[in-house]
Amino acid sequence: MRDFLSLFLSFLLIVLTTGACQRSRAGMTVAGSTSVEPFAELLAEEYMSRNPASHIYVQGGGSTAGIEAAMTHAANIGMSSRSLLPKEKNLHTLMIAKDAIAIIVNPKNPIHDLSMDQVRSVFSGKMRNWKDLGGLPHPIVLVNREEGSGTRESFQKFVMEKEEISLDSLVQNTNGAIRQVVSNDPNAIGYLSLGLVNDQVKALKISGIEPDVANIESGKYALVRPFLFVLDGEPTGEVKAFIEFVLSPPAQKLLAKEGLVPVTKPSGD
Amino acid sequence: MKEKIIEKTLLLVALSSVLILALITFFIFQQGLPLISKVGLRAFILGERWVPSQGSFAILPMIVSSFWVTFGALALSIPLGLACTIFLKEWSPPSAGLVLRPAIHLLAAIPSVIYGFWGLVVLVPLVRNYLGGPGLSILSGSVILGFMILPTIISISEDSLRALPPTYKEGALALGATHWQTIWRVLIPAARSGIVTSIVLGMGRAVGETMAMIMILGNSVKMPTSFLDSARTLTTNIGLEMAYASGDHRQALFATGIVLFVIIMLLNSLAIFLSRRRID
Amino acid sequence: MATPARYLTQKIAKALVWSAALSTIAVMVLILFKVLSEGLPSLGLRFFFDSPKEMGREGGILPMILGTAALTAVALSVATPLGIGTAIFLREYTREGRISRMIRFGTDCLAGVPSIIFGLFGFVFFVIYLKMGWSILSGGLTLAAMILPTIISTSEEAIKAIPEKYREVSYSLGGTKWQTVIHTILPSALPGIFTGIILSIGRSIGETAALVLTAGSSLLMPTSLSSPIRTMSVHFYILATEGISMKMAYETGAALILLVLFVNTIANWLLNRYVRHRS
Repeated sequence: MRDFLSLFLSFLLIVLTTGACQRSRAGMTVAGSTSVEPFAELLAEEYMSRNPASHIYVQGGGSTAGIEAAMTHAANIGMSSRSLLPKEKNLHTLMIAKDAIAIIVNPKNPIHDLSMDQVRSVFSGKMRNWKDLGGLPHPIVLVNREEGSGTRESFQKFVMEKEEISLDSLVQNTNGAIRQVVSNDPNAIGYLSLGLVNDQVKALKISGIEPDVANIESGKYALVRPFLFVLDGEPTGEVKAFIEFVLSPPAQKLLAKEGLVPVTKPSGD
Repeated sequence: MKEKIIEKTLLLVALSSVLILALITFFIFQQGLPLISKVGLRAFILGERWVPSQGSFAILPMIVSSFWVTFGALALSIPLGLACTIFLKEWSPPSAGLVLRPAIHLLAAIPSVIYGFWGLVVLVPLVRNYLGGPGLSILSGSVILGFMILPTIISISEDSLRALPPTYKEGALALGATHWQTIWRVLIPAARSGIVTSIVLGMGRAVGETMAMIMILGNSVKMPTSFLDSARTLTTNIGLEMAYASGDHRQALFATGIVLFVIIMLLNSLAIFLSRRRID
Repeated sequence: MATPARYLTQKIAKALVWSAALSTIAVMVLILFKVLSEGLPSLGLRFFFDSPKEMGREGGILPMILGTAALTAVALSVATPLGIGTAIFLREYTREGRISRMIRFGTDCLAGVPSIIFGLFGFVFFVIYLKMGWSILSGGLTLAAMILPTIISTSEEAIKAIPEKYREVSYSLGGTKWQTVIHTILPSALPGIFTGIILSIGRSIGETAALVLTAGSSLLMPTSLSSPIRTMSVHFYILATEGISMKMAYETGAALILLVLFVNTIANWLLNRYVRHRS
């Protein structure tokens, strides 16, 4: 038992020192917006398959946390789905893609076009029934992201402006979950990163404008936000190599395939 | 001399659970109290608007929802639990017990996310299609939660029934009571405190459930007005927003944790008190 | 005519009880059946040995299995000595008094703390304050706190069941208290202690809320104790709620249920053997 106790004490010692050593973890950390996260993960996966010695950790936490992590060096790269505030401006920023916010409904919903004003009245709770919009007489089920989400903030800024999103709305804490709820409920309406729209949900036209790459690039579809990589200072070493990869044609093609709008023209690679 | 050292070491080791509890209490309060004093305890607990982006932090809808969901779960699990207990103890063939008791232990061990998942893919569409509302509702949550706490109620109630002296049953039957009368009028009342303990423990587990509830309650912040409404409990409030929160918002989530912690501690102390009394 | 009324009541009551019990069993079976039936058929070996690809849409869950195992190992290596030590202290080194009551109260309360509160605590204490970050270590230590009460109570039960005779023999042969504990008490209590450990493993596998906040949710293969990791339960939760792949969700769920079934069956078997051994 004596050795048992000493084993335990030495274990504790190891545990504490290992914990203290966590800073020196090998590899790169990319942290921030959960909207950017799945795409960053894809890019990291691709990069690591081309460079087997590297290790990239991607984690969420939200745009604000990501920017903060970049500032405090808790992460090598911060991810953000919103543009930087004035007080954050002295960070090195790179746009890796553009993302649109799509208003989504269930594929069975007969509606496929709404004006911005209509979307606003729906989400503020002023319009409560689909029949007021020309649809079937069913109550509208709103699906919202949780507070603190960059996607929700963008939605609030671009669509709701000064009005508050109805407190009646359902809340889900990931983009994927919003898509799930809308795809299962014929009366649901929500918003989602365009890159995550698939055939389970239908993206609405806003005043006749389809949310597609052409309209986003031309600026006709206005609900567009930048996906940013944020760093404290110029990138060096492995970080620089990763960023160069992200901005290179094959990576941009990967992003375009996933539904984002690339920032550099992807070639046939 | 060595014995003394060993004894002292073991004392320290034994105090670890108390130490951990103290640490938990300390950190939760340390993180959450500043927000409560900033907002005011009354405003925090009795206010109805949870809109962190506007600095509104009030959790009455969550407290009410926690209560509703738990109440609904108990409304399901107490009758079912008692029925299953009686079934197990009195009215099933002895071989059935050999299968059923381990089965109940197994069910208690199934992760809550599996229950939540089933609720999501089976129960929620049923509620939405046949009863109305979004399906993601207090009703769905209560049903799933009810099934999750059933094993707790069944095993503890069964234990207390089994602990009764056989003379209770024999005496009642000898006096000409039917089996049912014996069960309902003699045995159950005699095992009353054990059964109540099981219910209080089940209640504690229900109030503390998080993952399954995030999956099926819908998480709206509004005060619920019907069982078909979506709602958010104290636990899901924390679980939903913790990942992103910073500053005041994060503190408010810890403050929610304080309220939850206090409620659970009260429930648990009640359960401990009841169960200790039972043994004496 | 009171007699027929009583028997009628009994008939009704019996019918109600039977139908309630059977429908409960039916629902429980349905729940397990749904996940197992959809997940088992497509479950193959590659599921257990591959890493996830495309954010979990394809591939397997090897990192999650390893992560779950590592996390459980960390939790057990901390909680087991603490738990057994506490049980030994309570049963062998002290009488019922203020200290033992306080320890029992602490243990009972700890057993009732909800997992989300452990998550909050683990987050602020291990991840932030002790700077361990989201890691197997943070998650494992948090988990240790959660399983400690189980280990304490099962160990205590096991030690309590040992007949006084064993101790008397040891003392009469000149053994000190500690020697008695090591050579007599612990070996006899081992099966019961082991049951507690197995039960805790079951609990660790299913834990989700606390681990999301302390171990993170990385899909990558862990490389050290300070790697963030996604456990099987967390992976299942993410797959299920985000609709990334229903097929993978069902498969992961089926694997989870099978694992819990396996662990629990062992625990039950141990319990039976131990109980039979005692009486």
